[in-house]
Amino acid sequence: MTNELDIFVGNTTLIDEDVYRLWLDGYSVNDAVALRVRSGILEQTGATAAVLQSDTMDHYRTFHMLERLLHAPPKLLHQLIFQIPPSRQALLIERYYAFDEAFVREVLGKKLSKGTKKDLDDISTKTGITLKSCRRQFDNFKRVFKVVEEMRGSLVDNIQQHFLLSDRLARDYAAIVFFANNRFETGKKKLQYLSFGDFAFCAELMIQNWTLGAVDSQVDDMDVDLDKEFLQDLKELKVLVADKDLLDLHKSLVCTALRGKLGVFSEMEANFKNLSRGLVNVAAKLTHNKDVRDLFVDLVEKFVEPCRSDHWPLNDVRLFLNQYSASVHSLDGFRHQALWDRYMGTLRGCLLRLYHD
Amino acid sequence: MPGKLKVKIVAGRHLPVMDRASDLTDAFVEVKFGNTTFKTDVYLKSLNPQWNSEWFKFEVDDEDLQDEPLQITVLDHDTYSANDAIGKVYIDIDPLLYSEAATVISGWFPIYDTIHGIRGEINVVVKVDLFNDLNRFRQSSCGVKFFCTTSIPKCYRAVIIHGFVEELVVNEDPEYQWIDRIRTPRASNEARQRLISLMSGELQRKIGLKVLEMRGNAVVGYLQCFDLEGESGLVVRAIGTACTLDKLSSPAAFLPACNSPSKDMKESPLVHPPSHGCRSTHNSPIHTATGSRLTQNFSVSVPTLIYTGMGSGSAGKEGGPFKALLRQQTQSALEQREFPFFTLTAFPPGFLVHVGGVVSARSVKLLDRIHNPDEPETRDAWWAEIRQEIKSHAKALGCHAVVGYSESTSICEEVCILSASGTAAVLNPRFLQDGTVESCLEQRLEENLPAGCGFCHIPYDELNMPFPAHLTYCYNCRKQKVPDVLFTTIDLPIDATVIGKGCLIQARLCRLKKKAQAEANATAISNLLPFMEYEVHTQLMNKLKLKGMNALFGLRIQITVGENMLMGLASATGVYLAALPLPGGIQIAGKTPNDGSYEQHVSHMQKKINDTIAKNKELYEINPPEISEEIIGSPIPEPRQRSRLLRSQSESSDEVTELDLSHGKKDAFVLEIDDTDAMEDVHSLLTDVPPPSGFYSCNTEIMPGINNWTSEIQMFTSVRVIRLSSLNLTNQALNKNFNDLCENLLKSLYFKLRSMIPCCLCHVNFTVSLPEDELIQVTVTAVAITFDKNQALQTTKTQVEKSLQRASTDNEELLQFPLELCSDSLPSHPFPPAKATSVDYSSFADRCSSWIELIKLKAQTIRRGSIKTTVTVEKASPMNEGNFRNRSAPPCANSTVGVVKMTPLSFIPGAKITKYLGIINMFFIRETTSLREEGGVSGFLHAFVAEVFAMVRAHVAALGGNAVVSYIMKQCVFMENPNKNQAQCLINVSGDAVVFVHESELEVVSSQPPTANCQSSCPGGDVTT
Repeated sequence: MTNELDIFVGNTTLIDEDVYRLWLDGYSVNDAVALRVRSGILEQTGATAAVLQSDTMDHYRTFHMLERLLHAPPKLLHQLIFQIPPSRQALLIERYYAFDEAFVREVLGKKLSKGTKKDLDDISTKTGITLKSCRRQFDNFKRVFKVVEEMRGSLVDNIQQHFLLSDRLARDYAAIVFFANNRFETGKKKLQYLSFGDFAFCAELMIQNWTLGAVDSQVDDMDVDLDKEFLQDLKELKVLVADKDLLDLHKSLVCTALRGKLGVFSEMEANFKNLSRGLVNVAAKLTHNKDVRDLFVDLVEKFVEPCRSDHWPLNDVRLFLNQYSASVHSLDGFRHQALWDRYMGTLRGCLLRLYHD
Repeated sequence: MPGKLKVKIVAGRHLPVMDRASDLTDAFVEVKFGNTTFKTDVYLKSLNPQWNSEWFKFEVDDEDLQDEPLQITVLDHDTYSANDAIGKVYIDIDPLLYSEAATVISGWFPIYDTIHGIRGEINVVVKVDLFNDLNRFRQSSCGVKFFCTTSIPKCYRAVIIHGFVEELVVNEDPEYQWIDRIRTPRASNEARQRLISLMSGELQRKIGLKVLEMRGNAVVGYLQCFDLEGESGLVVRAIGTACTLDKLSSPAAFLPACNSPSKDMKESPLVHPPSHGCRSTHNSPIHTATGSRLTQNFSVSVPTLIYTGMGSGSAGKEGGPFKALLRQQTQSALEQREFPFFTLTAFPPGFLVHVGGVVSARSVKLLDRIHNPDEPETRDAWWAEIRQEIKSHAKALGCHAVVGYSESTSICEEVCILSASGTAAVLNPRFLQDGTVESCLEQRLEENLPAGCGFCHIPYDELNMPFPAHLTYCYNCRKQKVPDVLFTTIDLPIDATVIGKGCLIQARLCRLKKKAQAEANATAISNLLPFMEYEVHTQLMNKLKLKGMNALFGLRIQITVGENMLMGLASATGVYLAALPLPGGIQIAGKTPNDGSYEQHVSHMQKKINDTIAKNKELYEINPPEISEEIIGSPIPEPRQRSRLLRSQSESSDEVTELDLSHGKKDAFVLEIDDTDAMEDVHSLLTDVPPPSGFYSCNTEIMPGINNWTSEIQMFTSVRVIRLSSLNLTNQALNKNFNDLCENLLKSLYFKLRSMIPCCLCHVNFTVSLPEDELIQVTVTAVAITFDKNQALQTTKTQVEKSLQRASTDNEELLQFPLELCSDSLPSHPFPPAKATSVDYSSFADRCSSWIELIKLKAQTIRRGSIKTTVTVEKASPMNEGNFRNRSAPPCANSTVGVVKMTPLSFIPGAKITKYLGIINMFFIRETTSLREEGGVSGFLHAFVAEVFAMVRAHVAALGGNAVVSYIMKQCVFMENPNKNQAQCLINVSGDAVVFVHESELEVVSSQPPTANCQSSCPGGDVTT
């Protein structure tokens, strides 16, 4: 006796959160049944394995049917086929678009192309996330990217509007889209210590201050592309390290202000010129796409690592960066104060976030 | 030309991509009614076209308005080749034809294609201007209201219940016409859908005419069915109960009517045309078509059963004269009718006087092509024959009426089993006729019929019983005689005193039969039927005893015929009626008592059975009060049951042969396990597992013993098909497979709905079909309703007290009764504080955008303030579950706007039905030629059932409703051909579209005692019992 056909359809679509999680995680029906058995559900409910199998199949079928709608969440809200309470709809969408930290770190900043998709096998092996789940997450990134890529208006708002995600998740997706578009390198070994959150934080600051949208809210791609003009202008900052007088003056201003307040004052004093050169050169190089991609590598190499090797406490880093940025306003010969603030304001935030073990 | 139909096509959305090159669609719409067609402009290159058409106006006869569906076809314009159809919407405009129902149909309808399923939606507005010519009105049957509900609908009052109406229409099935060989499957499916829609409309109109002829204004308990007879044609038949209903618009309007019922009745004079009150229009004698095959009139009638609990008993003295009088009275009212049948299962208080027992009749027929669709005499004659038989069975039980009446068919190839069943009953004539009844007699009658047990008293004369019956004095009133067991097809009367809770009881049975042709086949089937009936009956009895209960309600026995087997499935709700005697136990006896080990085995089994009975009594809280022995004689009557089989031949239905249903001369409840068969029986008794704790199930409207429902309901349909291994099929193996199939299905349901505990599965409706040789298909539709556990812990004692109290105070309450007439039986419950403020069904888009807002809002609430991105894999999932659920609770309740509830029950817990919008009766065909791609048979059917639900909901929403009550899936015919990667399914559903308001939103004056909010809240008004 075999079940040829076995379905259950409720007027209100039944959603089992645990099974949904298993489905999202890419487990096959049999694996999911095994995992559910292990969770002790049979003992709790007195059900048999056959019942569990049938139940799991049924949910998987429902999810499979819902998946098409989840690709365009507003459709899920307007469709008439599945009657799902709004709270459940929100849960379905939010969970579907949620992603694994391990996975996002692998693809962050990579081009969301077929090439990358081919690497998903390796990522799956490396992270232990099922290939199916990797595919779903990758396709989500790509789908969101494609939809909002060339759209006018705030990136986060666009994502929220078209995918009905929570504010937090929409911000995360904004970071993913921003990174994918600018192809920032995040995979280098020395960047491994950084979490997705670190990058997402930086992305948000950069979107707010360095993109076209930061100056004009009516342009296409405003939040996705960096403000080219701004990047060109950053070359002007070079004078801060090229002009020896200016550099010395800057250093003395910072040292005077921080004397006695910094635990690592002597190290700072000794390293000032190196650090300043590093930070200003990063800015000057941003005209080239290749160097934009290496932004985070450069920041870690030129600033985070030197400070870390001298064991700067985070608070000292904060004091230094504040003073370093502010002192420039007292340099009479320097005319690009606004530019400096736009650059350094964001960079300071990023560096503080990036500075940890 | 009494009507003008106006249609406006507003917009479409989510259309499929029809042009691969542009990924867009150039859509336009054809609106067709009758032979007139209008077209909208082509809306170029859009998946969300905005047509905003003018009003298309059709000037039509009201006859056409009733028969024809409005047909809307969405097409993709193609300059070079033929336009491609995207899909269709059929709209039944019948609800617009009666004044009290919907005034406009407006909303988003799924665009349905029989091959692709739902493909986007279309926004349509439909209106009807009827000429204010009331006379014209009367001549068509526009204005007759139809209800699927098998009780008097809430917010109506029955002035007169006229009785049975029936009609059938036949046609050739388009699927079997010659043209089907050359047309596409889509064209053939659409022809079928359209034809059935037309036939339903015609049928409804004809029934309506009969109702008008009887001076009624409504049909309650309307049940329409299709018989797909294959080559021989397509039959659409319907039965119902004609009534004169009064709308309870305000208490003031009702009060006078209540106080002077006779006056009210005179206002709507009732004339029963003496000879054709509810006669079929094709009621000619059996017609023999000239040149027909010999088989044309071949028919085998099958012995039929009258179920009652019976034994031997002494004659009572008091009841006699009343019964005789009552009988005379009712007789005069009912005998004028050809068939005194009522499709109702719940009645106004006082309507039901006595219940005799279940009567059923079956007949095996050979189908032959219907030669002339306009003259469906053969089918009419078949049914007339069966009904006649039912009527005579009822008479044998001393009853003049049959309530809870239903008809069904099972067809396999050219063999068809027609079945009819109901409950023989004695009714209070007052509802049936205007006030010729002597009131003094009534008074006396009512005084002698205590509430809660009156209906159990035997209607037949003890001195002249049609069969040996075991009678005792009623355990409630001690005045009248009652049988020891009572089987009925109706719902538990609201005033019945029940001890403990009820439960679903099923008898399941398979019998192999040889494959045969024509007459041989029909003979084989009719030879098997009596044995099946007998065994189903025995199983039901045994299971009932095992549960420690003494009555069955809602009994439905389905016999299904397949090529090589017959299946029997009986479902009913068992209860313990306080009025009936304590059920005896089950005793097991071995045939060879000398064998020691065997005896041990027997005693072991006996112990197991006794334990089960004790456990069940505890589980269902059956603790009947101790009864002083003097009154009853012996506290536990000898467990004895003798049923009798009334056999009748259709050729000579007056000649009745009798068959003893009991096991020879032995006590029926001594089970002899002398062979393997009997062993199997005992085993199968014990294998039925009770539902897990927190779950109850019944197949009646509500669960006896639970009365504190909360508002959460979940209606569902579950379908299972199993393939039997064709090797060594034996009856035992078959029985086991079938039993397992049903039990596993129930287990799955309990598991799936575990989050609703404590809850009750109500109106559990099993349907069995045998689509192919080795396939068994079981379809279940039911509703799970949650209830409040704390309040449920009422002791049986207080329940009994309450009902006694109710009985004594009934008269006083009656005066206040009208004020509470519309309220539901359910106590109001604390409801989520949030309320749906305004319900605007016409603007679905608004509703959805507000959903979007809602979701966004909620999502933000969840995440607000937590900037830090989580680090671990687990936390990377974006929400904290607990938090999410807590926060989302209030908006969830808020969003009840737009939700359409569906339930097979006639009410919605925690809510009050304020308006009936019309009947929903829909028929869909879905076919696929890419079965594998659609997820196999399960994927295909899952999607289809979901689509059917969606289309029902959309139609209800467009009518301005928010629920469907008395919903049933009447047919789910599934056929597959995996080798060709094909499958086809036909589904027929119906129900009543209603508007309901949550009780918490009504300012209900709760000063009324809860007993007044009885379940059928629109009683005849003046009757006390």
